[in-house]
Amino acid sequence: MIVRIATEGQYRVGSDTLDKLNAIDNQLVNIVARGDQAAYDQLLKSMLDLVRQSGQPVALTEIVESDLVLPAPDTTLAEARQLFKGDGLIPD
Amino acid sequence: MGLISRMSTLLKAKMSQLLDRAEDPRETLDYSYERQLQMLQDVKRGVVEVVTSRRRVELQAARLQDSVTKLDEQARQALAAGREDLARLALERKQVALQQLNGLEAQIADLEKEQEKLTATEQRLSAKVEAFRTQKEVIKAQYSAAEAQVKIGESLSGLSEEMADVGLAVERAQEKTERLKARAGAIDELVAQGTLVDITQSGDTIDRELAKISASQSVENELAELKRQLGTGESPKQLKEGSDQ
Repeated sequence: MIVRIATEGQYRVGSDTLDKLNAIDNQLVNIVARGDQAAYDQLLKSMLDLVRQSGQPVALTEIVESDLVLPAPDTTLAEARQLFKGDGLIPD
Repeated sequence: MGLISRMSTLLKAKMSQLLDRAEDPRETLDYSYERQLQMLQDVKRGVVEVVTSRRRVELQAARLQDSVTKLDEQARQALAAGREDLARLALERKQVALQQLNGLEAQIADLEKEQEKLTATEQRLSAKVEAFRTQKEVIKAQYSAAEAQVKIGESLSGLSEEMADVGLAVERAQEKTERLKARAGAIDELVAQGTLVDITQSGDTIDRELAKISASQSVENELAELKRQLGTGESPKQLKEGSDQ
């Protein structure tokens, strides 16, 4: 499985990591809905750290499409909220 | 739908806008290589922009630091001349300048981080572009149009994803730089006019009150300390002998 952290790079992760990512993702949905800033910061970071630590960085010379894309590390709570509204992170 | 799938959809949407596929896949290869080179230029420009902004903010910080020193000296002179009112005014301005200075230092740190990130992005893209160029030449030399179609599928979508992501990184850096530039411009104007913005006008009411209290307390403390150093007059009653600020 190839996972990209937006604006950072790609990692190869195993299926166990994928399960954990899904669990965190579900929690994030609730936290963003609640607007809990502290929990959001902490959980986003632990989601990205999970990929960074358990994944293998994809070589720079390798060109592959990702299966999943995680939000950029500096995604704010407001931006995450926008994502759910479906407006997209950045207007085109 | 979770955050991950939203983000994945967003990036895929950006990808699809990036590359038009030509009839002959080998033309698509050349075209997308051109786009990549353009994008690499965009990233490089982005880095230059961030560096320029950072230098500008650093310059401002240096000027503010100068005015802090100057205001300090003015307060001392005013008090020596028996003008406590002027000394207080100078110290008040110094407090405002100090608070602005703190803000600028945070901005400098932000811009340094942006610069690092964009530089890493540039290196990443440049390695991918080089890898793509090699693949492209191999494909063009060895395969017919029909075969190339299959061969380039994966690397082309992988590459448009890379470009979409780099585009996102550049946009985010530009937005941040623009915001900081606007703030820096406002401070420039105020420094030029010789009046710094009243820091107590930002934030909500409680913040404002707290900022006022802490600023005026600092002014009083410094005034007392200056008096003590100059050996003029009694120190204010609320301050203990030799108390720290």
